[in-house]
Amino acid sequence: MRSNRLAGMMKLALVVGSLQLGSIGVAAADTTILNVSYDPTRELYKDFNAAFAEKWKADTGETVTIQTSHGGSGKQARSVIDGLEADVVTLALEADIDAIAQATGKIPADWKTRLENNSAPYTSTIVFLVRKGNPKGVKDWGDLTKEGIQVITPNPKTSGGARWNFLAAWAWARAANNGDDGKAQEYVTQLFKHVPVLDTGARGATTTFVQRGLGDVLLAWENEAYLSLEELGPDNFEIVTPSTSIKAEPPVALVDGNVDAKGTRKVAEAYLNYLYSDAGQKLAAKHYYRPFKPELADPKDTARFADVKLVTIDEFGGWKEAQPKFFADGGIFDQIYKPGQ
Amino acid sequence: MAFRSSTRWRFRQPSVIPGFGLALGVTLAWLTLIVLIPLSGLIWRSTGLGWSNFMALVLDERTVNALTISFGTAFIAAVVNLFFGVILAWVLVRYRFPGKRVIDAMVDLPFALPTAVAGIALTALYAPNGWIGSLLEPLGIKIAFTPAGIVVALVFVGLPFVVRTVQPVMEEIDKEVEEAAATLGASRFQTISRVLLPGLLPAGLTGFALAFARGVGEYGSVIFIAGNLPYVSEIAPLLIIIRLEEFNYPAATAIATVMLFLSFIMLLVINSIQAWSRRRYSNGA
Repeated sequence: MRSNRLAGMMKLALVVGSLQLGSIGVAAADTTILNVSYDPTRELYKDFNAAFAEKWKADTGETVTIQTSHGGSGKQARSVIDGLEADVVTLALEADIDAIAQATGKIPADWKTRLENNSAPYTSTIVFLVRKGNPKGVKDWGDLTKEGIQVITPNPKTSGGARWNFLAAWAWARAANNGDDGKAQEYVTQLFKHVPVLDTGARGATTTFVQRGLGDVLLAWENEAYLSLEELGPDNFEIVTPSTSIKAEPPVALVDGNVDAKGTRKVAEAYLNYLYSDAGQKLAAKHYYRPFKPELADPKDTARFADVKLVTIDEFGGWKEAQPKFFADGGIFDQIYKPGQ
Repeated sequence: MAFRSSTRWRFRQPSVIPGFGLALGVTLAWLTLIVLIPLSGLIWRSTGLGWSNFMALVLDERTVNALTISFGTAFIAAVVNLFFGVILAWVLVRYRFPGKRVIDAMVDLPFALPTAVAGIALTALYAPNGWIGSLLEPLGIKIAFTPAGIVVALVFVGLPFVVRTVQPVMEEIDKEVEEAAATLGASRFQTISRVLLPGLLPAGLTGFALAFARGVGEYGSVIFIAGNLPYVSEIAPLLIIIRLEEFNYPAATAIATVMLFLSFIMLLVINSIQAWSRRRYSNGA
């Protein structure tokens, strides 16, 4: 009994040890690379990693193992800053990769220009998930602040996706009020008065809406919304695409400091480039991301996306401007929650 | 051993069992490594802020609010746990009934369960469409996504502390004491309030302090059920996470340092009350 337990513990230690070695990349024949990603890309990268490993094997004869770590985008960025040895990061926000670049110097400041389309191989947008039959008749952003409507969105402070939600709402309100930012702020303030729960991440918010039955509208990544339909049955929910939304560009970047230390630059670069290949673009579309080059994807997949006017982050002066203005301590989001408003 | 007798600073030999020096050495080294170094690292980081900066971060309205919610809900939950914990311990010690061992083991489950799992389970129960929540909803009572939900989660994670600290002490109390009280004409209520409870007070307070401290720092189970609205149901640990998400390490350490300080004061106060009541009520054992 006792020796059994001891053996078990030793085995565990060995497994943990080998995992550690794997991520440091000591084993030369078997390359392992680590992709640090955010929450809703789980399904996409599961497929993509398998496809890439197969392709790499066919091209070079080498076996590559890809580990993927998922979590809230900001938290993931912090792990990399604190020393998690990511070869590539595929996060929800440019600002998170900027933070890594600034804090560690492991990514050059101009990382965004190194790959096509601002280093975003796929994009997404923010849509509404409503209950079947759309009982509250939600059609567009303006309906969300009507009496008796509850909106579910995660906290922009802790969720990258929620920042896109926030900016999408702002973009609509600004356009609806002839570019008046003051009116937009009023609208967004009203909107958050209709939010009964602030989950810390996108998946948590989806759970609150879907499983707990709370709220009338979930503001969600388009790919998450379709995934919810697929997983939970189209009998219960439907997707409403608003007239205007934001073009969410989740960027990818090579972590130069880490790949050079580990000697994995070649494979990590190929990994990111493969996202732009027809196989990568097909998989992105299959998992409900809008591919950068839709012509490479399966037309059946791209036909699922509804037409929507997409505003880009550039209209907010890019993340370098938007991040501190809206989401920093004391920023506009904090002002919305100042008591007495 | 001339050296030993000449120095006034040597420790009084506390026990006939040898190995005190080694044991104390290990204790101090281990405590330093596991508790002291990490915590002093935290405090050291916050001293870099400067006093006025530090106070500005701490007295920020939102921080004060989050701290109030964290300490307030933890206090309420610890009071609830004290009350029901003593009753639970009483039942487990004094009565024999089928399934007693199973119930006894169940008390420890909140220790073993990952707190996030507990949070999700409790939310599912108390959400407006959950088993319990759907019964309370028509009465206009909301538990999940309000501060009441935080209390529920903290009651859950703090449950074992009071039971497990009170139980052994209760087992020590002789039944004869109660019988003596009865023969001297005490009513049942007097027996409980004047004979039994005072003896249990130190243990009860220990359990209370532990449950309280646990509740203040609890994160995993709370964020699922709290609703996390700023100024309403945002707990201090979540605010720390939020500050970290903003890459605002100074603010995060400032909040953490205040929590550490307040918890330490609370534990100190409770410990002294406990020591006092032990002197007051125990028969010198």
